[in-house]
Order: sequence, then C-alpha cells, then structure tokens
Amino acid sequence: MAETRLTTHDSKIEGNVIFTRFDAALNWVRKNSLWPMPMGLACCAIELMATAASRFDIARFGAEVMRFSPRQCDVMIVAGTVTYKMALAVKRIYEQMPEPKWVIAMGACASTGGMYRSYATLQGIDQLIPVDVYISGCPPRPEALLAGLMKLQEKISRERSFRNQMPELVERFEEALS
Amino acid sequence: MTREEAVALLNKSFGGKIQSKTKFRSETTYTIAANDLREIAKFSRDELSFDYLIDITSIDNFGEEPRYAMVYHLYSMQLGAHLRLKLKVPEEAGVVDTVSDIWPTANWHEREAYDMMGVGFNGHPDLRRILMWDGYPYFPLRKDFPLEGLPSEMPDVAFTKATPLEGGPFVTIPSTAGSRDREPRARPPEL
Repeated sequence: MAETRLTTHDSKIEGNVIFTRFDAALNWVRKNSLWPMPMGLACCAIELMATAASRFDIARFGAEVMRFSPRQCDVMIVAGTVTYKMALAVKRIYEQMPEPKWVIAMGACASTGGMYRSYATLQGIDQLIPVDVYISGCPPRPEALLAGLMKLQEKISRERSFRNQMPELVERFEEALS
Repeated sequence: MTREEAVALLNKSFGGKIQSKTKFRSETTYTIAANDLREIAKFSRDELSFDYLIDITSIDNFGEEPRYAMVYHLYSMQLGAHLRLKLKVPEEAGVVDTVSDIWPTANWHEREAYDMMGVGFNGHPDLRRILMWDGYPYFPLRKDFPLEGLPSEMPDVAFTKATPLEGGPFVTIPSTAGSRDREPRARPPEL
C-alpha cells in the first residue's frame, strides 16, 4: 500500500537538482547546439566544409547540423565574397532566420570585402546585417573557424537572453517579487 | 586541308576585305571591317572548318578613335589551328552584328560583352545583362568607369556603393626583388 511521508530531505533527488540563473541555463543550451546556416559564397566555403568534415569535426562544438533552410538556423556563417548581386539575398536569408540569431563573418571578404576593392563587391557583410564574430584569414583555416565559433559561444554565454527576449515577462516577475 | 591552306584560302576569298594580318607564334590575327564580320565568320566555319568559337573579347581603347575593338578567337578541331578576327567598333555606332546563329556559344559571350563594355549586337536573340543585374546603369569594364565603382540603387534588387580604395589600387611590381618590395601596395602613379 502506498504511503506518503513528510520528509525534509530526499536522498533520491540529491545531486539532481541544480540551482542556477535561468539565463545561464538557457545560454548553455543555446551555445552548445548552434545550428549553422552555411552561407558559402566563395573559397571560404571549402574551409567551412573541411571544418564540418571528420578531421576538424565541428560536431565537437555542437554546430554540426548545417541547415539549408534559414527557418531552422541559429547562426549564419557568411563564408566568402559577398557581391552586390548576392547581398540582398544574404540579407533576406538572414531575415528569414528565427530569433535568436547570430552571424559569423568568415574570412577577409565577408568581413571587409577583402582583396576585392572593386565595383562589384560589398565591402563587408556588416554593412547589411549585424555581425557577432569576425574571423581573419584568406581563407581562415578550420581551426580559426572553430576558434570563432568558441568566441561566439563565449559571447552567447554572457547574454542576458531572457531579459532581452521577454522584457514584459521580466517586468511582471519583478513586480510580483517586490 | 592544312593550316596554311586555310589561311591561303581566306586570303584568296577575302583579300580585299582583310585590313591587316599579323602572325604570332603560328596564330594568325586578321583585322577586318565590322560589316564583313558575318560573311567572314560563316566562311571560316563552313569552308575553313573553324567550328569552335573559343571566346569573344572586347577592348576599350579609351581616347582613341574608333574606341572599341572586338576580338573573336576561333579554333578548328580538324586543323588544330587558331584564328583571330579583330574588328574596330566606333563609339557612336556601338554595335556589331551577332554571330550567335553561326556559333551558338556566342550568345552568352555577346551578352557578357554587352554587360561589361556596353557594345550592342544586331540580331542577338536575347541581349540582356549576364553578370550584373538588369537595370544596373553602368558598363564596368569601360576605361572611364572608376575601379571603385559608382553608387547605384535598385530597390529590392541590388545597390552599389563606391569602394574606399585607401590610396589604392594595390599594384604588384613584377621584379626579382624580395616579396616585401613586390607585394601589392598602394603605389604612387609615377611608379
């Protein structure tokens, strides 16, 4: 027969309860499962592919799920030269990604236009969309991309994500608590 | 038919229409009048077996008259020989006859020449821009078009801005000096 007892201490759940800030837990979840949008536009995309392949294995950082639909992506990796002809398409794909979203500008071209100082090339994707991490190199090695990804993870872990995402809810919480 | 015979046949058939002939490393270049292009092109393909149009290039001799030149690079699979046809296009005319019905590959080559240089083609079936977008107002390979580009705007299609050159363009000096002296840098124009 089942019996209910009042206890002050339950040894069965000890060690399974974690106290943390909600933001920290949310950020931890987010940063370890970044689904990239592979915006491969030039030779950087080859390095991006190498990063995803077995030798460098971006899956070690939880970002192996390259999604070819922007609706399912968290981070856009702009890998390559952004021409003016492609620029608004990149912006459109970025806008189709659901919040929260981040952008990595991979390589010299995506960051600044690189060696293409000419009429046809957008001088850095940050002229159109906000960039979180810039990676130098032409093209950057896979290690550099992984380092950039880790920088982005650090950045995400410092975000006040709950407050940024739902300011009204936070306000109501604080009102109720005060 | 050998290569020499083909050249001799062309000379014989169009002797009066060939303005000049140069030979460099066994490749022959003929300068012809723009009006004779189609006739000579047809003859080169049908009689001389130049069945492959490798490329069409356009040249802007800015400041000279006539301003533009078109170069047709032909190759004969049968002869293993190259032939180049070169013709001048004055700026006010700005058009040449299409050869896209003679060599279908010319279709896109001519679209590219139109896109980059603004040279038109009479009788082309589909003369649209091929690299830049429809509505881009400039022809970027013209010598009077600045390297940094010019601002333009087509809402929802594309825009361009002038590029900061920071003292450029960045020029490499070919020499046997060390890489520090040769590397691409902004150089004063007198160098």
